[in-house]
Amino acid sequence: MPEPRTLFDKIWESHLVDERDDGVCLLYIDRHLVHEVTSPQAFDGLRAAGRKVRRPEAALAVADHNVPTTDRAKGIEEPESRLQVETLEKNCAEFGIRLFSMNDARQGIVHIIGPEQGLTQPGMTIVCGDSHTATHGAFGALAIGIGTSEVEHVLATQTLIQKRSRNMRINVVGAPAFGVAAKDLILAIIGRIGAAGGAGYVIEYAGPAVRALSMEGRMTMCNMSIEAGARAGLIAPDETTFEYVKGRPLAPEGEAWEKAVADWRTLPGDPGARYDTEVTLDAAEIAPQVTWGTSPEDVLPITGRVPDPADEADEGRRRAMERSLDYMGLAPGTPLREIKIDQVFIGSCTNARIEDLREAARVAKGRAVAAHVGAMVVPGSGLVKRQAEDEGLDAVFTDAGFEWREPGCSMCLAMNPDKLAPGERCASTSNRNFEGRQGPGGRTHLMSPAMAAAAAIAGRLADVRELV
Amino acid sequence: MKKFTTFTGIAAPVPAINMNTDKIIPARFLKTIKRSGLGVSLFKDLRFDPDGSEKPDFVLNQAPFRDAAILLVGENFGCGSSREHAPWALLDFGIRCVIGPSFADIFYNNAFKNGLLLITLPQAEVDALMEDAGRGANARLTVDLENQRITRAGGAAIAFEIDPFRRHCLLNGLDDIGLTLAKADKIDAYEARQRVARPWLYG
Repeated sequence: MPEPRTLFDKIWESHLVDERDDGVCLLYIDRHLVHEVTSPQAFDGLRAAGRKVRRPEAALAVADHNVPTTDRAKGIEEPESRLQVETLEKNCAEFGIRLFSMNDARQGIVHIIGPEQGLTQPGMTIVCGDSHTATHGAFGALAIGIGTSEVEHVLATQTLIQKRSRNMRINVVGAPAFGVAAKDLILAIIGRIGAAGGAGYVIEYAGPAVRALSMEGRMTMCNMSIEAGARAGLIAPDETTFEYVKGRPLAPEGEAWEKAVADWRTLPGDPGARYDTEVTLDAAEIAPQVTWGTSPEDVLPITGRVPDPADEADEGRRRAMERSLDYMGLAPGTPLREIKIDQVFIGSCTNARIEDLREAARVAKGRAVAAHVGAMVVPGSGLVKRQAEDEGLDAVFTDAGFEWREPGCSMCLAMNPDKLAPGERCASTSNRNFEGRQGPGGRTHLMSPAMAAAAAIAGRLADVRELV
Repeated sequence: MKKFTTFTGIAAPVPAINMNTDKIIPARFLKTIKRSGLGVSLFKDLRFDPDGSEKPDFVLNQAPFRDAAILLVGENFGCGSSREHAPWALLDFGIRCVIGPSFADIFYNNAFKNGLLLITLPQAEVDALMEDAGRGANARLTVDLENQRITRAGGAAIAFEIDPFRRHCLLNGLDDIGLTLAKADKIDAYEARQRVARPWLYG
């Protein structure tokens, strides 16, 4: 009998073009997502070497990092941002790559439009010059974030040089309590295994609490795999997955659909497949999470208090904590629920899908953003925006005092005009609370969309369970 | 890519753990369409105040570390964003080698693609090199990739392990894409098989 294999093993083995004795592999890449920040130097490299794009039809490009989220009729004001977006347009035209331009209704954050268009499918290998590519693992696709040299390599060869990762399975058993979202599960996981806990691994999220998640929730979880240092995150495809993919513009149709689904059903790990590491969490024990520091691993339940570096035995960690608390302007022992905020950002490739906006709107409905707080909602794509407007969510938000914006990466990384002022504190649904991530001197607390909406209304970090 | 040969340089300690690529080069400096000239933005918010003046307590603002060619770093260096601007900025500043207990996955790949050598050593050995670095200009290290050896100022040597393929590529300045294109027949054959087995991927 053949050795039982994991989901990762199966995708890996079905994409091997070449394997050398020293374990260096050439992996075939089915789809390539391209954006404006990490691609210009790759296209330059191709031109300099006189190389072509091997399969332009396997790529899809969109500008998302630099685009303004306010009125786009004026174009992009900042010259450097404008040049980067124009460069992407020129490169895509020259090399024959399909592009959703800034004013296309389908434009949006690269990790939101891939699944939305049906480009992302189970069993695929997908790359993008962006660390949050792991998002696509929610479909049971091996999705790897790569650098610009690798972007160039994939454009030229449709392959990637890789060594095989190890298998980690994270089982989330039980059912999450009321008010606990996919974001809380993944933050709790990162808190447990640490920012480097997944290094060298592809993480498969499994167990009843993961199975019960919608595709949106699964994408939120896989998205943050990189925050635990993993090469990728995966969730085995099931009926929820197939239901989501079916009928999307780039999904297979008719007989091809039947054939594809039959193939996808063989992807989940075999009984008895071996994982190098297994971790188990009980969803029922997880409360809504917020981060207090400057690494996603600095996370606690909202009911907690800012930790005291004096309690940390390891010197390196103690110093990191001291620096974090100094940067964040927080005193040890402060209840997290007493931390006053200035801004709220609901958006990003982690949490800007329709379900995220519904969750936030449920909290915001009929309430008002605290007078001292600036709050914005940035949908993940033009199509998410349109759907939210059809459902009346935009009115819920604007009535409550949130700004309703155009789609893009926005204040997740502050490459466009949306940024924190130095010292400002933000409740954010994004993925990184790094120093300066949302603007130099800005202070970020990561949380779920419902928790961010609750914070906007309370004017401080708040426990959403007291509001809904 | 430039060949990596043996070199001797000053090593600067940057011991913080989880040093992410947003700190190595903040996102606002990623708006370039070039690879060059990023050294001025290296560790921007750690090196400079908002008004552009140097922060004197940051190691690369202190003599002799302004001329550092080697960084000694804490665990999980290079975590976070996949931006290759991080190794580009390090190289442009003059850093040719980074030594630490562990590196983040994407940063590790990006560094080697650009000829930046990353050396993983046990924490105790990194700590010893950081102590050496306290001696400033006298704390020069010699990095010998061919023989996989770091020689300390006092003459003591530390051996290091490195992936043989990466070592080979660095020593010979090999271009990955060229190597892969030499296997075009294998890629063709793979695609031909997949077009039959999984035709929906080629629709």
